[in-house]
Amino acid sequence: MRVLCCVKRVPITGGKMVLTDDAQAIQTRHLGFTISPHEECGVEEAVRIVEAHAVEAHSGEVVALTLGPGEAEEQLRECMALGADRAIHLVSDEEWDAQATAGAIVEAIRSEEPFDLIVFGNESADAGNFQVGIRVAYALGLPVVTGLKGLTIAGGRARCEQEVPAGRDVYDVPLPAVVTVKEGLNLPRYPSVPAKLRANRKPVDAKPVNRPPAKLEKLRLVVPEGQGKQAEVLGRGADAAPAVVEVMQKLGVA
Amino acid sequence: MSVLLFLADGAELSLQAVTLAHSLGGEVRAVEIDGPYAPSAWAAALIDAAEGSDIVGPGSDRGNEVLAHVAARLDLPFAANVTDVRGDEVTRIRWGGTLLEDARIHAQTKLLTAAPFAFAPGARPDVVETLRPELGDSVRVVERVEPDTGGKVSLADAKVVVSGGRGVGSAEGFAILEELAELLEGAVGCSRVVTSAGWRPHTDQVGQTGTKVSPDLYIACGISGATQHIAGCKGAKALLAINDDPEATIFAHADYAVIGNLHEVVPAITAELRKVRAT
Ligand SMILES: Cc1cc2nc3c(=O)[nH]c(=O)nc-3n(C[C@H](O)[C@H](O)[C@H](O)COP(=O)(O)OP(=O)(O)OC[C@H]3O[C@@H](n4cnc5c(N)ncnc54)[C@H](O)[C@@H]3O)c2cc1C
Repeated sequence: MRVLCCVKRVPITGGKMVLTDDAQAIQTRHLGFTISPHEECGVEEAVRIVEAHAVEAHSGEVVALTLGPGEAEEQLRECMALGADRAIHLVSDEEWDAQATAGAIVEAIRSEEPFDLIVFGNESADAGNFQVGIRVAYALGLPVVTGLKGLTIAGGRARCEQEVPAGRDVYDVPLPAVVTVKEGLNLPRYPSVPAKLRANRKPVDAKPVNRPPAKLEKLRLVVPEGQGKQAEVLGRGADAAPAVVEVMQKLGVA
Repeated sequence: MSVLLFLADGAELSLQAVTLAHSLGGEVRAVEIDGPYAPSAWAAALIDAAEGSDIVGPGSDRGNEVLAHVAARLDLPFAANVTDVRGDEVTRIRWGGTLLEDARIHAQTKLLTAAPFAFAPGARPDVVETLRPELGDSVRVVERVEPDTGGKVSLADAKVVVSGGRGVGSAEGFAILEELAELLEGAVGCSRVVTSAGWRPHTDQVGQTGTKVSPDLYIACGISGATQHIAGCKGAKALLAINDDPEATIFAHADYAVIGNLHEVVPAITAELRKVRAT
């Protein structure tokens, strides 16, 4: 099995969204970075699948791919600490729209040996466009199932469980296929120290890419109103209980 | 320019999409799709029906998925979860709604979904056409698995959610939250720190990558108030935060605050509630 996982570097925004002066980005001077929990589950799942099929297939590989700034190598190393074997880094400092992102990923995939499975997060943590994986599937002529909370690979097919309000919808598609996954698919491992050290020695194939003009062009970011309410303090410690129950009665939930 | 309105699953979100469709100004034609869910085939049917007009759908999982298939087939931009449209400019949500983006669409045809709860619901159109797509060998749902809820109220539907974060300290620590939730006929929720630690299953997680809840009362116990958590509970009618740090960000999102140790406050609320009910 050869599995590709596509991930995106995003800031860990903490309690408050603060923008740069030109409103083009989140102020990240004091922030750490990560990949989305969806994508982390995607990498974990890929590693488990390849491990499970290693005996019968005699070979297998998990490749992590990102389109992002030079610093995004940090996130590729995180993926390799989770167990990915190598990484592809499409380097660009600019923010790409979903169509352009999909185009660049498709080109990168075409220059590789074919993958059995291509894994995306259901939506990126920051832009939330809900479409890159689907566009890549169409460009490559592959089936796609989104929002997976369950995945079983057997006999050259993928049984995919998609979360819906009433439960789970099941799809059964032949490989190769594209899937997009959600957090909850599995509980990702905490990388061990040796795994992190090994990740530092795994290869990253970095190549610069040029952004085409955006079809959905970001003009500016805006922080919505409603951050900064004045809460009514009902009290301190256990003494606040009567006031809390009064509020519950007022809200009609007591 | 006319607008094709796709009434997908979720009556509430679809009616909000009605309002977005009318805000574009053209004549609105509403369609529903009959048959097993098959996003690729459904998208092809919408494209046929639209004959080049704009397509608007709800910001539900299916609405966003089918519109993304439409966009991929037509190689057009797709603006998911918009809150406002002004000519070729849209406002759309990022980060689960805790940040907004103004963006320009560079295309003749607009493909849009309505961000959940950004629009007042419109009236269901008098005329709704039913499309019956040709499925061929397209990817489709082959089975529905219903979860075993054990008769408990689901997190998404609960009127009260008692939610715990890192401050709860352990899986066992949730017993006092369970007890209060049961008394209020509500559900227990949690933050991502809790699911990552394995104290609760991910089905209990509230937030951007968990469940989005809209109860009458959300009680956040030992939760700091990270934007990704708020993304899941900002639909609550009232938010009560219990936290021992008076500077915690959660208080900036709360209607009511109790400053203190949740391990003392939560049992005291439960006891008080029992006392009041007994009299
Ligand atoms: C892309 C992305 C997606 C994410 N999605 C989600 C998501 O869906 N849901 C989610 O929850 N998080 C999500 N997160 C994680 C989020 O950023 C925070 O890390 C997380 O919400 C913090 O959880 P917490 O509030 O329980 O822990 P902390 O931030 O550690 O806060 C613990 C709080 O408990 C208080 N406390 C401690 N002890 C006590 C006590 N005895 N009594 C009272 N108060 C006490 C402390 O004062 C503190 O405020 C996401 C992050 C990213 C980057």
